[in-house]
Amino acid sequence: MIEGALWRKWVFYNIPLILFVFVLLFPFYWMIITTFRPDGELYKPWNAVSYQPFWTNNPTLEHIKYLFEETSFARWMFNTMFIALVSTIISLFCGVLAGYALARLNFPWAGSLGTVIFVTYLVPQTLLFIPLAQIIRNFELGDTPWSLILTYPTFLIPFCTWLMMGYFKAIPKELEECARIDGASRWKAMVYIVIPVAVPGILSSGIIAFTLSWNEFIYALVFLSSPDQKTVPVGVTSELIRGDVFFWGPLMAGALLGSIPVAIVYSFFVEHYVSGLTGSVKG
Amino acid sequence: MAEVIVRKLNKKFDSNHVVKDVDLHIRDKEFVVFVGPSGCGKTTTLRMIAGLEAITSGDILIGNTVVNQVPPMDRDIAMVFQNYALYPHMSVASNMAFGLKMRKFEKPEIEKRIKRAAEILGIGELLHRKPRQLSGGQRQRVALGRAIVRDPKVFLFDEPLSNLDAKLRVQMRVELKKLHERLAVTSIYVTHDQVEAMTLGDRVVVMKDGVVQQVGEPLELYNTPANRFVAGFIGSPAMNFADVTLSGSNGKLWAEAPGLKIGLPEPLAGRFKGGNGAKATMGVRPEDLHVAGPADPAELCFEVEVEVIEQLGSEILLDTRAGNSTFVASVEPTLRTKLHDRLKLAINPNRLHLFDAETEAVI
Repeated sequence: MIEGALWRKWVFYNIPLILFVFVLLFPFYWMIITTFRPDGELYKPWNAVSYQPFWTNNPTLEHIKYLFEETSFARWMFNTMFIALVSTIISLFCGVLAGYALARLNFPWAGSLGTVIFVTYLVPQTLLFIPLAQIIRNFELGDTPWSLILTYPTFLIPFCTWLMMGYFKAIPKELEECARIDGASRWKAMVYIVIPVAVPGILSSGIIAFTLSWNEFIYALVFLSSPDQKTVPVGVTSELIRGDVFFWGPLMAGALLGSIPVAIVYSFFVEHYVSGLTGSVKG
Repeated sequence: MAEVIVRKLNKKFDSNHVVKDVDLHIRDKEFVVFVGPSGCGKTTTLRMIAGLEAITSGDILIGNTVVNQVPPMDRDIAMVFQNYALYPHMSVASNMAFGLKMRKFEKPEIEKRIKRAAEILGIGELLHRKPRQLSGGQRQRVALGRAIVRDPKVFLFDEPLSNLDAKLRVQMRVELKKLHERLAVTSIYVTHDQVEAMTLGDRVVVMKDGVVQQVGEPLELYNTPANRFVAGFIGSPAMNFADVTLSGSNGKLWAEAPGLKIGLPEPLAGRFKGGNGAKATMGVRPEDLHVAGPADPAELCFEVEVEVIEQLGSEILLDTRAGNSTFVASVEPTLRTKLHDRLKLAINPNRLHLFDAETEAVI
């Protein structure tokens, strides 16, 4: 907290905080209000008499209904969930093992290998999708969930590896040494001691990896084409923007419903998530 | 129960030679303390005995078996770490049970051992707590308990008390001593604190720059240090040193420095083989200096100026100066003196040490 006079507290603490919260939350508010606003209000010109941009007196579920009845939204949700979960599990598994190896096994060039892995994370997806498209075609995986499940780890594994490497480095080496003296092999020391202690870190990378794959757009747009195979971000934008016509109500409803699973995941693990990112291991 | 034998042990980290030709024979049930300043190789030696650090050359034997290539889990040792290394996600009981579970002990046996260790250490009520809910002293006990339940051949301690506050450290030191008497397991203890080394060790190994300086019982190190380093490291307050020039006249050997001329007593003078004008270091402990009285021969006395007076209650430490040498003297608490007073101090002739100026070895 900021010490001193009341005006200082307002100027340096409260007002910036309020601004920050407003900027952060307003788009969500807008998304929610648009979801429940009837079309009649949505397309009213701004200078009309009873124009009410921030509130609606006639909330409606017609956009949500439209989403589920007129589009394959439920299918998109399922696709997204399936793809995000499987690719997260694959990436976490590889990331945890690779991160452990880079942090703890003293092999030559472990440090530079860690850097190289991170650099691969920096290669933009907008470049990488071209060669990947070729590979997907060669393996005949186009227009299946596996085209994404197998390509998402190309950016998720480096990310998880890097995050887990940092986390494993912060865990005192003595814990593992003690386990090894206590009678555990290296593998058992990792499974029984290091990984349980690293759970906050694993959860954090899992959450971020899940969110990244949930929101991923380019690969999903390129590799999936039939409406039944699409993920939420691609499905919503391709089916609800037709030419230059934006179906704002269903679009916002799709965005709202699509962000709920991520919000649930975050709220469940928020404590672990914070301690994972701040790397606190209590001895 | 086992002996630990270390033969010509060496450790190099790249070009850095941190442990040099260490030879040790630690007897069954003995409590041996490795002591030395930081970076002297004591912890590295311990870690090599534990199997946590690979050996560059030499042999380590535990109970007559060469363990050079044996992984830590198969050496039948237990180690207590400086930061305790308690498993943070496990309760105290699970922490203690872990080593036994890994060794596939039956559940009733595990419970029996935990109960016994908890009784010995007085941590019975803490068994269900997590390490983060414990104080430093309690964590230390749990770390000890985890080692005790294993009933290993050798206990290894890596500065286990240095994270505790001073009062608790003294208390735990006593407990460790009692524990060793009760369990009678060969123990190796690493510390940089010479008081811990003196009070705990059956024998003490003093190390410096990867080389063993002297191995001996605590009083042996105190009374007959092998070199200047050991003399200065063991004992608190530390031994006083003065660089002196040796010369013979009137059938006596004299140690001279500005403001100082001491006639060396016979056994010491007899051991000196150098010629006139040889350089040496004279060493005398603060408690072997006293305010000179009429009975003290003049050749053992020298005049000093008092620079600092430290009242400790049971004694007074006087920081004094004679020429360019400084001397700390431990004197009777009844002595009344003021800053800048000039005093005459006398040396206990049987407790005077002389070290070679070049090799620093005792003369």
